[in-house]
Amino acid sequence: MYDVAAVRKDFPIFETGIAYLDSANTSQRPRQVTSAVLDYWERYNSNIHRAAYKIAEEATDRYEATREKVRAFINAASTKEIINTRGTTEAINLVAYAWGRANVKPGDLIVLTILDHHSNIVPWQILATANGARIEYVDIDERGELRQDQFRELLEEQPKLVAFSQVSNALGTINPVEDMVRLAKAAGATVLVDGAQGAPHQGVDVRALGCDFYAFSGHKMLGPTGAGILYGRRELLEEMDPFMGGGDMIKTVRVEGTTYHDLPWKFEAGTQAIGEVIGLGAAVDYIGELGMENIRAHETEITEYAYEALSDIEGLTVYGPPPSRRAGVISFALEGIHPHDLATIADRDQVCLRAGHHCAMPLMTRLGVPATARASFYVYTQKDEVDRLVGSIKEAQRIFK
Amino acid sequence: MSSKPVSADDQFYREYILDHYKNPRNFGRLEHPDITHEEDNPLCGDVVGMDFRIKDGVIDDIRFHGRGCAISQASASLLTERLKGMPLDDAKKINKDDVLGELGIEISPARIKCALLSLKVLKVGAYGLAGDDDD
Repeated sequence: MYDVAAVRKDFPIFETGIAYLDSANTSQRPRQVTSAVLDYWERYNSNIHRAAYKIAEEATDRYEATREKVRAFINAASTKEIINTRGTTEAINLVAYAWGRANVKPGDLIVLTILDHHSNIVPWQILATANGARIEYVDIDERGELRQDQFRELLEEQPKLVAFSQVSNALGTINPVEDMVRLAKAAGATVLVDGAQGAPHQGVDVRALGCDFYAFSGHKMLGPTGAGILYGRRELLEEMDPFMGGGDMIKTVRVEGTTYHDLPWKFEAGTQAIGEVIGLGAAVDYIGELGMENIRAHETEITEYAYEALSDIEGLTVYGPPPSRRAGVISFALEGIHPHDLATIADRDQVCLRAGHHCAMPLMTRLGVPATARASFYVYTQKDEVDRLVGSIKEAQRIFK
Repeated sequence: MSSKPVSADDQFYREYILDHYKNPRNFGRLEHPDITHEEDNPLCGDVVGMDFRIKDGVIDDIRFHGRGCAISQASASLLTERLKGMPLDDAKKINKDDVLGELGIEISPARIKCALLSLKVLKVGAYGLAGDDDD
Protein backbone atom coordinates (compact mmCIF):
# COMPACT_ATOMS: atom_id res chain seq x y z
CA MET A 1 0.00 0.00 0.00
CA TYR A 2 1.04 3.58 -0.47
CA ASP A 3 0.46 6.69 1.61
CA VAL A 4 -2.68 8.34 0.22
CA ALA A 5 -1.96 11.64 2.00
CA ALA A 6 1.44 11.78 0.31
CA VAL A 7 -0.10 10.92 -3.08
CA ARG A 8 -2.64 13.73 -2.69
CA LYS A 9 0.18 16.23 -2.33
CA ASP A 10 1.04 15.50 -5.97
CA PHE A 11 -2.41 16.73 -7.00
CA PRO A 12 -2.58 20.52 -6.62
CA ILE A 13 -6.31 20.55 -7.30
CA PHE A 14 -7.02 19.16 -3.85
CA GLU A 15 -5.69 22.40 -2.36
CA THR A 16 -9.01 23.92 -3.51
CA GLY A 17 -10.79 21.83 -0.89
CA ILE A 18 -12.98 19.83 -3.25
CA ALA A 19 -14.06 16.29 -2.58
CA TYR A 20 -13.63 14.75 -6.01
CA LEU A 21 -15.87 11.74 -6.57
CA ASP A 22 -16.05 11.72 -10.37
CA SER A 23 -12.90 9.93 -11.47
CA ALA A 24 -14.79 7.51 -13.72
CA ASN A 25 -15.67 10.60 -15.70
CA THR A 26 -12.18 12.04 -15.76
CA SER A 27 -9.35 11.66 -13.28
CA GLN A 28 -7.23 14.41 -11.79
CA ARG A 29 -3.62 14.81 -12.93
CA PRO A 30 -0.57 14.87 -10.71
CA ARG A 31 2.15 17.53 -11.03
CA GLN A 32 4.38 14.93 -12.66
CA VAL A 33 1.95 14.83 -15.61
CA THR A 34 1.18 18.52 -15.91
CA SER A 35 4.86 19.44 -15.65
CA ALA A 36 5.78 16.92 -18.36
CA VAL A 37 3.27 18.56 -20.70
CA LEU A 38 4.39 22.04 -19.72
CA ASP A 39 8.05 21.09 -20.17
CA TYR A 40 7.32 20.10 -23.77
CA TRP A 41 5.38 23.27 -24.48
CA GLU A 42 7.92 25.55 -22.86
CA ARG A 43 11.25 23.88 -23.61
CA TYR A 44 11.11 21.71 -26.76
CA ASN A 45 7.80 22.40 -28.49
CA SER A 46 8.17 21.24 -32.12
CA ASN A 47 6.59 18.77 -34.49
CA ILE A 48 7.58 15.12 -34.52
CA HIS A 49 8.92 12.78 -37.21
CA ARG A 50 9.99 15.61 -39.49
CA ALA A 51 12.52 18.18 -38.52
CA ALA A 52 16.26 17.62 -38.15
CA TYR A 53 16.91 19.96 -35.27
CA LYS A 54 17.54 18.95 -31.68
CA ILE A 55 14.30 19.96 -29.98
CA ALA A 56 12.33 18.11 -32.65
CA GLU A 57 14.42 15.03 -32.00
CA GLU A 58 13.63 15.28 -28.33
CA ALA A 59 9.92 15.73 -29.05
CA THR A 60 9.96 12.68 -31.32
CA ASP A 61 11.89 10.61 -28.79
CA ARG A 62 9.58 11.46 -25.92
CA TYR A 63 6.44 10.98 -28.02
CA GLU A 64 7.67 7.55 -29.08
CA ALA A 65 8.82 6.78 -25.54
CA THR A 66 5.18 6.94 -24.43
CA ARG A 67 4.39 4.24 -26.98
CA GLU A 68 6.93 1.92 -25.39
CA LYS A 69 5.66 2.75 -21.90
CA VAL A 70 2.12 1.95 -22.97
CA ARG A 71 3.26 -1.25 -24.67
CA ALA A 72 4.85 -2.40 -21.45
CA PHE A 73 1.84 -1.21 -19.41
CA ILE A 74 -0.56 -3.47 -21.34
CA ASN A 75 2.07 -6.09 -22.25
CA ALA A 76 1.59 -5.85 -26.01
CA ALA A 77 4.07 -7.72 -28.18
CA SER A 78 5.25 -4.68 -30.12
CA THR A 79 4.98 -0.90 -30.24
CA LYS A 80 3.60 -1.42 -33.76
CA GLU A 81 0.41 -2.47 -32.03
CA ILE A 82 0.06 0.77 -30.04
CA ILE A 83 -1.89 3.47 -31.89
CA ASN A 84 -2.28 6.94 -30.43
CA THR A 85 -5.83 8.25 -30.61
CA ARG A 86 -7.67 11.08 -28.93
CA GLY A 87 -9.28 8.61 -26.56
CA THR A 88 -11.37 5.48 -26.27
CA THR A 89 -14.12 6.88 -28.47
CA GLU A 90 -11.78 7.57 -31.36
CA ALA A 91 -10.07 4.21 -30.86
CA ILE A 92 -13.36 2.33 -31.16
CA ASN A 93 -14.45 4.43 -34.12
CA LEU A 94 -11.13 3.66 -35.79
CA VAL A 95 -11.90 -0.05 -35.56
CA ALA A 96 -15.53 0.41 -36.59
CA TYR A 97 -14.48 2.26 -39.74
CA ALA A 98 -11.13 0.82 -40.72
CA TRP A 99 -11.85 -2.80 -39.78
CA GLY A 100 -15.64 -2.83 -39.67
CA ARG A 101 -16.46 -1.34 -43.07
CA ALA A 102 -14.23 -3.89 -44.81
CA ASN A 103 -15.10 -6.95 -42.77
CA VAL A 104 -18.69 -6.74 -41.54
CA LYS A 105 -21.11 -8.00 -44.19
CA PRO A 106 -24.89 -7.80 -44.60
CA GLY A 107 -26.59 -10.11 -42.13
CA ASP A 108 -23.54 -10.39 -39.88
CA LEU A 109 -24.14 -10.32 -36.15
CA ILE A 110 -22.47 -7.86 -33.79
CA VAL A 111 -22.77 -8.71 -30.09
CA LEU A 112 -22.64 -5.85 -27.57
CA THR A 113 -23.86 -5.58 -24.00
CA ILE A 114 -26.49 -3.47 -22.26
CA LEU A 115 -23.77 -2.34 -19.83
CA ASP A 116 -21.78 -0.61 -22.52
CA HIS A 117 -20.95 3.07 -22.76
CA HIS A 118 -22.38 4.92 -25.76
CA SER A 119 -18.85 4.96 -27.20
CA ASN A 120 -19.01 1.20 -27.52
CA ILE A 121 -22.53 1.19 -28.92
CA VAL A 122 -23.00 4.08 -31.33
CA PRO A 123 -19.99 3.37 -33.63
CA TRP A 124 -21.31 -0.18 -34.08
CA GLN A 125 -24.84 1.05 -34.73
CA ILE A 126 -23.45 3.32 -37.45
CA LEU A 127 -21.50 0.41 -38.90
CA ALA A 128 -24.48 -1.95 -38.70
CA THR A 129 -26.66 0.56 -40.54
CA ALA A 130 -24.03 1.16 -43.22
CA ASN A 131 -23.19 -2.49 -43.79
CA GLY A 132 -26.55 -4.11 -43.08
CA ALA A 133 -25.43 -5.99 -39.99
CA ARG A 134 -27.57 -6.65 -36.92
CA ILE A 135 -26.79 -6.06 -33.25
CA GLU A 136 -27.75 -8.10 -30.21
CA TYR A 137 -27.17 -6.93 -26.64
CA VAL A 138 -26.27 -9.18 -23.73
CA ASP A 139 -28.60 -8.36 -20.84
CA ILE A 140 -27.75 -8.06 -17.15
CA ASP A 141 -29.15 -10.00 -14.20
CA GLU A 142 -30.65 -8.44 -11.07
CA ARG A 143 -27.15 -7.88 -9.66
CA GLY A 144 -26.08 -5.83 -12.65
CA GLU A 145 -23.83 -8.55 -14.02
CA LEU A 146 -23.84 -9.73 -17.60
CA ARG A 147 -25.92 -12.80 -18.28
CA GLN A 148 -23.28 -15.27 -19.34
CA ASP A 149 -25.90 -17.85 -20.38
CA GLN A 150 -27.28 -15.38 -22.90
CA PHE A 151 -23.77 -14.44 -24.01
CA ARG A 152 -23.02 -18.11 -24.77
CA GLU A 153 -26.27 -18.47 -26.70
CA LEU A 154 -25.45 -15.46 -28.85
CA LEU A 155 -21.99 -16.86 -29.55
CA GLU A 156 -23.64 -19.92 -31.07
CA GLU A 157 -24.91 -17.63 -33.81
CA GLN A 158 -21.28 -17.00 -34.75
CA PRO A 159 -21.06 -13.24 -34.45
CA LYS A 160 -18.58 -11.41 -36.62
CA LEU A 161 -17.68 -9.02 -33.83
CA VAL A 162 -18.06 -9.05 -30.08
CA ALA A 163 -17.39 -5.85 -28.13
CA PHE A 164 -17.78 -5.27 -24.41
CA SER A 165 -16.32 -3.27 -21.58
CA GLN A 166 -13.83 -4.58 -19.05
CA VAL A 167 -15.58 -2.59 -16.34
CA SER A 168 -18.97 -0.87 -16.54
CA ASN A 169 -18.64 2.88 -16.13
CA ALA A 170 -22.19 3.22 -14.81
CA LEU A 171 -22.40 0.32 -12.34
CA GLY A 172 -18.76 -0.54 -11.78
CA THR A 173 -19.41 -4.17 -12.67
CA ILE A 174 -16.18 -6.02 -13.37
CA ASN A 175 -16.94 -8.24 -16.31
CA PRO A 176 -15.31 -11.69 -16.56
CA VAL A 177 -13.36 -10.56 -19.60
CA GLU A 178 -10.90 -13.47 -19.65
CA ASP A 179 -13.74 -15.98 -20.05
CA MET A 180 -15.68 -13.78 -22.42
CA VAL A 181 -12.73 -13.17 -24.75
CA ARG A 182 -11.80 -16.86 -24.74
CA LEU A 183 -15.37 -17.92 -25.59
CA ALA A 184 -15.83 -15.24 -28.24
CA LYS A 185 -12.51 -16.10 -29.89
CA ALA A 186 -13.44 -19.80 -29.84
CA ALA A 187 -16.68 -18.85 -31.60
CA GLY A 188 -14.64 -17.20 -34.35
CA ALA A 189 -15.46 -13.59 -33.52
CA THR A 190 -13.19 -10.59 -33.65
CA VAL A 191 -13.14 -9.17 -30.13
CA LEU A 192 -12.80 -5.59 -28.93
CA VAL A 193 -12.53 -4.79 -25.25
CA ASP A 194 -13.38 -1.28 -24.07
CA GLY A 195 -10.81 -0.70 -21.36
CA ALA A 196 -11.71 2.91 -20.54
CA GLN A 197 -12.66 1.92 -16.97
CA GLY A 198 -10.43 -1.13 -16.90
CA ALA A 199 -6.96 0.10 -17.78
CA PRO A 200 -6.83 2.77 -15.03
CA HIS A 201 -8.12 0.52 -12.25
CA GLN A 202 -7.36 -3.10 -13.13
CA GLY A 203 -4.68 -2.82 -15.76
CA VAL A 204 -4.56 -5.39 -18.54
CA ASP A 205 -2.30 -7.94 -20.16
CA VAL A 206 -3.53 -7.94 -23.73
CA ARG A 207 -1.49 -10.98 -24.69
CA ALA A 208 -2.85 -13.03 -21.81
CA LEU A 209 -6.34 -11.69 -22.51
CA GLY A 210 -6.10 -12.55 -26.20
CA CYS A 211 -8.44 -9.84 -27.47
CA ASP A 212 -7.99 -8.39 -30.96
CA PHE A 213 -8.50 -4.77 -29.96
CA TYR A 214 -8.28 -2.94 -26.65
CA ALA A 215 -9.18 0.74 -26.31
CA PHE A 216 -8.60 3.14 -23.43
CA SER A 217 -8.26 6.82 -22.53
CA GLY A 218 -5.37 8.62 -20.91
CA HIS A 219 -7.52 11.17 -19.11
CA LYS A 220 -9.16 8.55 -16.91
CA MET A 221 -5.75 7.34 -15.73
CA LEU A 222 -4.09 10.56 -14.57
CA GLY A 223 -3.13 11.66 -18.09
CA PRO A 224 -4.27 14.63 -20.17
CA THR A 225 -7.43 14.68 -22.25
CA GLY A 226 -6.87 14.13 -25.96
CA ALA A 227 -4.47 11.21 -25.60
CA GLY A 228 -5.80 7.67 -25.74
CA ILE A 229 -4.73 4.33 -27.06
CA LEU A 230 -5.91 1.67 -29.43
CA TYR A 231 -4.13 -1.64 -29.11
CA GLY A 232 -4.66 -3.88 -32.12
CA ARG A 233 -3.25 -7.28 -32.95
CA ARG A 234 -0.59 -6.72 -35.55
CA GLU A 235 -2.00 -9.08 -38.20
CA LEU A 236 -5.31 -7.24 -38.11
CA LEU A 237 -3.74 -3.77 -38.16
CA GLU A 238 -1.53 -4.77 -41.11
CA GLU A 239 -4.58 -5.84 -43.13
CA MET A 240 -6.62 -2.77 -42.31
CA ASP A 241 -6.78 0.31 -44.48
CA PRO A 242 -6.10 3.63 -42.74
CA PHE A 243 -8.84 5.34 -40.76
CA MET A 244 -7.89 8.89 -41.76
CA GLY A 245 -5.64 10.07 -44.53
CA GLY A 246 -3.24 12.95 -44.20
CA GLY A 247 0.20 13.95 -43.07
CA ASP A 248 2.54 11.51 -41.34
CA MET A 249 0.59 8.35 -42.25
CA ILE A 250 2.11 8.08 -45.72
CA LYS A 251 5.31 6.84 -47.31
CA THR A 252 4.92 8.42 -50.72
CA VAL A 253 2.13 10.43 -52.25
CA ARG A 254 1.82 10.73 -56.01
CA VAL A 255 -1.08 12.06 -57.98
CA GLU A 256 -1.79 8.46 -59.03
CA GLY A 257 -1.99 7.25 -55.46
CA THR A 258 -0.39 6.84 -52.08
CA THR A 259 1.57 4.22 -50.22
CA TYR A 260 0.91 4.16 -46.52
CA HIS A 261 3.34 4.35 -43.68
CA ASP A 262 4.24 1.31 -41.58
CA LEU A 263 2.53 0.50 -38.34
CA PRO A 264 1.75 2.19 -36.07
CA TRP A 265 2.01 5.51 -37.93
CA LYS A 266 -0.37 4.33 -40.67
CA PHE A 267 -3.15 5.16 -38.21
CA GLU A 268 -1.79 8.47 -36.94
CA ALA A 269 -2.73 11.02 -39.59
CA GLY A 270 -2.02 14.67 -38.99
CA THR A 271 -0.13 16.37 -36.20
CA GLN A 272 -0.82 14.50 -33.01
CA ALA A 273 -1.48 15.79 -29.50
CA ILE A 274 2.25 15.61 -28.81
CA GLY A 275 2.35 17.21 -25.38
CA GLU A 276 -0.66 15.18 -24.22
CA VAL A 277 0.92 11.94 -25.43
CA ILE A 278 4.09 12.84 -23.52
CA GLY A 279 1.87 13.55 -20.51
CA LEU A 280 0.28 10.13 -20.89
CA GLY A 281 3.76 8.62 -20.66
CA ALA A 282 4.26 10.44 -17.36
CA ALA A 283 0.90 9.11 -16.15
CA VAL A 284 1.90 5.54 -16.99
CA ASP A 285 5.14 6.10 -15.04
CA TYR A 286 3.19 7.44 -12.08
CA ILE A 287 0.82 4.46 -12.06
CA GLY A 288 3.81 2.14 -12.34
CA GLU A 289 5.38 3.69 -9.27
CA LEU A 290 2.21 3.28 -7.24
CA GLY A 291 1.74 -0.25 -8.55
CA MET A 292 -1.51 -1.51 -10.06
CA GLU A 293 -2.02 -4.00 -7.23
CA ASN A 294 -1.71 -1.24 -4.67
CA ILE A 295 -4.11 0.95 -6.63
CA ARG A 296 -6.60 -1.89 -6.76
CA ALA A 297 -6.21 -2.58 -3.03
CA HIS A 298 -6.73 1.08 -2.18
CA GLU A 299 -9.79 1.35 -4.39
CA THR A 300 -11.27 -1.81 -2.93
CA GLU A 301 -10.88 -0.41 0.57
CA ILE A 302 -12.53 2.89 -0.38
CA THR A 303 -15.28 1.14 -2.35
CA GLU A 304 -16.12 -1.17 0.54
CA TYR A 305 -16.14 1.78 2.92
CA ALA A 306 -18.41 3.82 0.63
CA TYR A 307 -20.68 0.88 -0.15
CA GLU A 308 -21.26 0.30 3.53
CA ALA A 309 -21.72 3.98 4.35
CA LEU A 310 -24.20 4.50 1.51
CA SER A 311 -26.09 1.25 2.13
CA ASP A 312 -26.71 2.41 5.71
CA ILE A 313 -28.66 5.45 4.51
CA GLU A 314 -32.40 5.03 4.58
CA GLY A 315 -34.13 5.49 1.23
CA LEU A 316 -30.92 4.97 -0.73
CA THR A 317 -30.69 2.27 -3.37
CA VAL A 318 -27.30 1.13 -4.66
CA TYR A 319 -27.27 -0.36 -8.16
CA GLY A 320 -24.96 -3.10 -9.28
CA PRO A 321 -22.96 -5.92 -7.73
CA PRO A 322 -21.48 -6.21 -4.22
CA PRO A 323 -18.19 -4.39 -3.60
CA SER A 324 -16.08 -7.51 -4.09
CA ARG A 325 -17.27 -7.69 -7.69
CA ARG A 326 -17.16 -4.04 -8.64
CA ALA A 327 -14.56 -1.42 -9.40
CA GLY A 328 -14.47 1.95 -7.65
CA VAL A 329 -17.86 3.09 -8.91
CA ILE A 330 -21.12 3.32 -6.97
CA SER A 331 -24.33 4.33 -8.71
CA PHE A 332 -27.28 5.03 -6.49
CA ALA A 333 -30.69 6.66 -6.19
CA LEU A 334 -32.36 8.48 -3.34
CA GLU A 335 -36.06 8.11 -2.75
CA GLY A 336 -37.88 11.33 -3.60
CA ILE A 337 -34.75 13.22 -4.65
CA HIS A 338 -33.68 13.49 -8.25
CA PRO A 339 -29.94 12.84 -8.81
CA HIS A 340 -29.51 16.33 -10.24
CA ASP A 341 -30.93 17.91 -7.12
CA LEU A 342 -28.56 15.84 -5.02
CA ALA A 343 -25.62 16.81 -7.22
CA THR A 344 -26.50 20.50 -6.88
CA ILE A 345 -26.71 20.24 -3.10
CA ALA A 346 -23.42 18.28 -3.02
CA ASP A 347 -21.83 20.95 -5.18
CA ARG A 348 -22.62 23.54 -2.51
CA ASP A 349 -20.45 21.44 -0.18
CA GLN A 350 -17.70 21.25 -2.84
CA VAL A 351 -18.48 17.58 -3.40
CA CYS A 352 -18.10 16.71 -7.08
CA LEU A 353 -20.68 14.05 -7.83
CA ARG A 354 -21.94 12.87 -11.20
CA ALA A 355 -25.65 12.75 -11.90
CA GLY A 356 -27.19 11.62 -15.14
CA HIS A 357 -27.26 8.66 -17.48
CA HIS A 358 -23.47 8.28 -17.59
CA CYS A 359 -23.49 7.84 -21.37
CA ALA A 360 -25.27 4.54 -20.82
CA MET A 361 -28.88 5.30 -21.75
CA PRO A 362 -29.71 1.70 -22.75
CA LEU A 363 -28.61 0.60 -19.26
CA MET A 364 -30.68 3.33 -17.56
CA THR A 365 -33.69 2.20 -19.59
CA ARG A 366 -32.98 -1.38 -18.56
CA LEU A 367 -32.78 -0.36 -14.89
CA GLY A 368 -36.00 1.65 -15.31
CA VAL A 369 -34.47 4.89 -14.03
CA PRO A 370 -33.97 8.18 -15.88
CA ALA A 371 -30.65 8.83 -14.17
CA THR A 372 -28.56 7.88 -11.18
CA ALA A 373 -26.10 9.64 -8.93
CA ARG A 374 -22.63 8.18 -9.17
CA ALA A 375 -19.60 8.37 -6.93
CA SER A 376 -16.33 7.03 -8.34
CA PHE A 377 -12.89 6.72 -6.82
CA TYR A 378 -9.26 6.55 -7.75
CA VAL A 379 -5.72 6.48 -6.39
CA TYR A 380 -6.14 9.68 -4.40
CA THR A 381 -9.62 9.19 -2.94
CA GLN A 382 -9.77 9.22 0.84
CA LYS A 383 -12.49 8.20 3.27
CA ASP A 384 -13.03 11.80 4.31
CA GLU A 385 -14.37 12.52 0.81
CA VAL A 386 -16.87 9.69 1.16
CA ASP A 387 -17.88 11.08 4.56
CA ARG A 388 -18.50 14.46 2.96
CA LEU A 389 -20.71 12.80 0.35
CA VAL A 390 -22.72 11.13 3.12
CA GLY A 391 -23.07 14.57 4.71
CA SER A 392 -24.39 16.04 1.47
CA ILE A 393 -26.87 13.19 1.08
CA LYS A 394 -28.18 13.75 4.60
CA GLU A 395 -28.44 17.48 3.93
CA ALA A 396 -30.44 16.73 0.76
CA GLN A 397 -32.73 14.45 2.73
CA ARG A 398 -33.20 17.15 5.34
CA ILE A 399 -34.10 19.72 2.66
CA PHE A 400 -36.44 17.40 0.79
CA LYS A 401 -38.05 15.71 3.79
CA MET B 1 -27.31 34.82 -15.94
CA SER B 2 -30.38 36.91 -15.55
CA SER B 3 -31.61 35.72 -12.17
CA LYS B 4 -30.40 37.63 -9.20
CA PRO B 5 -27.34 36.23 -7.49
CA VAL B 6 -27.84 34.99 -3.97
CA SER B 7 -25.38 34.59 -1.16
CA ALA B 8 -23.82 31.21 -0.52
CA ASP B 9 -25.75 30.69 2.69
CA ASP B 10 -29.03 31.36 0.96
CA GLN B 11 -31.21 28.33 0.46
CA PHE B 12 -30.85 27.07 -3.06
CA TYR B 13 -33.95 24.99 -2.58
CA ARG B 14 -36.19 27.64 -1.15
CA GLU B 15 -39.28 26.61 0.68
CA TYR B 16 -41.69 27.63 -2.06
CA ILE B 17 -39.73 25.72 -4.71
CA LEU B 18 -39.83 22.61 -2.56
CA ASP B 19 -43.49 23.27 -1.92
CA HIS B 20 -44.22 23.43 -5.65
CA TYR B 21 -42.18 20.25 -6.14
CA LYS B 22 -43.96 18.31 -3.42
CA ASN B 23 -47.40 19.82 -3.99
CA PRO B 24 -47.48 20.71 -7.66
CA ARG B 25 -50.28 23.08 -8.71
CA ASN B 26 -52.47 22.26 -11.69
CA PHE B 27 -51.00 18.78 -11.84
CA GLY B 28 -52.74 16.17 -13.97
CA ARG B 29 -54.42 15.99 -17.36
CA LEU B 30 -57.30 17.83 -19.05
CA GLU B 31 -59.88 15.94 -20.99
CA HIS B 32 -60.09 17.11 -24.60
CA PRO B 33 -57.50 19.88 -24.35
CA ASP B 34 -57.23 22.40 -27.17
CA ILE B 35 -53.45 22.21 -27.05
CA THR B 36 -51.32 19.46 -25.61
CA HIS B 37 -47.57 19.14 -25.78
CA GLU B 38 -44.78 17.28 -24.01
CA GLU B 39 -41.03 17.77 -23.97
CA ASP B 40 -38.26 15.88 -22.31
CA ASN B 41 -34.66 16.49 -21.43
CA PRO B 42 -32.93 13.21 -22.24
CA LEU B 43 -29.79 14.30 -20.41
CA CYS B 44 -31.47 13.99 -17.03
CA GLY B 45 -34.73 12.29 -17.88
CA ASP B 46 -36.91 15.25 -16.95
CA VAL B 47 -40.33 15.22 -18.61
CA VAL B 48 -42.92 18.00 -18.66
CA GLY B 49 -46.19 18.01 -20.59
CA MET B 50 -48.98 20.57 -20.60
CA ASP B 51 -52.66 20.52 -21.56
CA PHE B 52 -54.36 23.82 -22.36
CA ARG B 53 -58.02 24.72 -22.70
CA ILE B 54 -58.44 27.96 -24.64
CA LYS B 55 -61.62 30.06 -24.47
CA ASP B 56 -61.88 33.34 -26.42
CA GLY B 57 -58.14 33.50 -26.78
CA VAL B 58 -57.55 33.06 -23.05
CA ILE B 59 -55.99 30.10 -21.26
CA ASP B 60 -59.12 29.02 -19.46
CA ASP B 61 -57.61 25.96 -17.85
CA ILE B 62 -54.25 24.27 -17.76
CA ARG B 63 -52.71 21.08 -16.34
CA PHE B 64 -49.18 19.81 -16.37
CA HIS B 65 -47.74 16.37 -15.89
CA GLY B 66 -44.22 15.04 -15.73
CA ARG B 67 -41.41 13.82 -13.58
CA GLY B 68 -37.90 14.87 -12.85
CA CYS B 69 -35.86 17.12 -10.62
CA ALA B 70 -37.26 19.73 -8.27
CA ILE B 71 -36.21 22.60 -10.53
CA SER B 72 -38.00 21.27 -13.62
CA GLN B 73 -41.19 20.34 -11.78
CA ALA B 74 -41.39 23.45 -9.59
CA SER B 75 -40.74 25.61 -12.62
CA ALA B 76 -43.63 23.93 -14.45
CA SER B 77 -45.94 24.31 -11.48
CA LEU B 78 -45.08 28.00 -11.13
CA LEU B 79 -45.59 28.56 -14.83
CA THR B 80 -49.06 27.00 -14.85
CA GLU B 81 -50.12 29.29 -12.00
CA ARG B 82 -49.00 32.24 -14.03
CA LEU B 83 -50.60 31.03 -17.26
CA LYS B 84 -54.06 30.28 -15.93
CA GLY B 85 -56.42 33.01 -17.09
CA MET B 86 -53.79 34.66 -19.24
CA PRO B 87 -54.53 35.64 -22.87
CA LEU B 88 -52.64 33.29 -25.16
CA ASP B 89 -51.01 36.26 -26.87
CA ASP B 90 -49.54 37.36 -23.54
CA ALA B 91 -48.45 33.82 -22.74
CA LYS B 92 -46.49 33.78 -25.97
CA LYS B 93 -44.44 36.71 -24.73
CA ILE B 94 -43.18 34.97 -21.59
CA ASN B 95 -39.44 34.53 -21.92
CA LYS B 96 -36.68 32.75 -20.06
CA ASP B 97 -35.89 35.75 -17.89
CA ASP B 98 -39.48 35.71 -16.64
CA VAL B 99 -39.25 32.04 -15.77
CA LEU B 100 -35.85 32.29 -14.10
CA GLY B 101 -36.94 35.41 -12.27
CA GLU B 102 -39.97 33.61 -10.92
CA LEU B 103 -37.78 30.83 -9.56
CA GLY B 104 -35.76 33.54 -7.88
CA ILE B 105 -32.66 31.47 -7.34
CA GLU B 106 -29.37 31.30 -9.12
CA ILE B 107 -29.46 28.46 -11.61
CA SER B 108 -26.12 27.02 -12.64
CA PRO B 109 -25.53 26.59 -16.38
CA ALA B 110 -25.90 22.84 -16.04
CA ARG B 111 -29.39 23.23 -14.60
CA ILE B 112 -30.77 25.90 -16.95
CA LYS B 113 -32.36 23.26 -19.15
CA CYS B 114 -34.23 21.88 -16.15
CA ALA B 115 -35.56 25.33 -15.28
CA LEU B 116 -36.61 26.13 -18.85
CA LEU B 117 -38.16 22.80 -19.86
CA SER B 118 -41.68 23.99 -19.05
CA LEU B 119 -41.13 27.18 -21.06
CA LYS B 120 -40.13 25.02 -24.01
CA VAL B 121 -43.38 23.11 -23.63
CA LEU B 122 -45.31 26.38 -23.62
CA LYS B 123 -43.46 27.75 -26.65
CA VAL B 124 -43.59 24.64 -28.80
CA GLY B 125 -47.14 23.80 -27.76
CA ALA B 126 -48.91 27.11 -27.60
CA TYR B 127 -46.75 29.16 -29.86
CA GLY B 128 -46.17 26.45 -32.42
CA LEU B 129 -42.48 27.23 -32.65
CA ALA B 130 -39.54 24.92 -32.36
CA GLY B 131 -38.01 25.06 -28.90
CA ASP B 132 -35.11 27.36 -28.31
CA ASP B 133 -32.27 24.98 -27.65
CA ASP B 134 -29.51 27.54 -27.50
CA ASP B 135 -29.49 27.84 -23.79
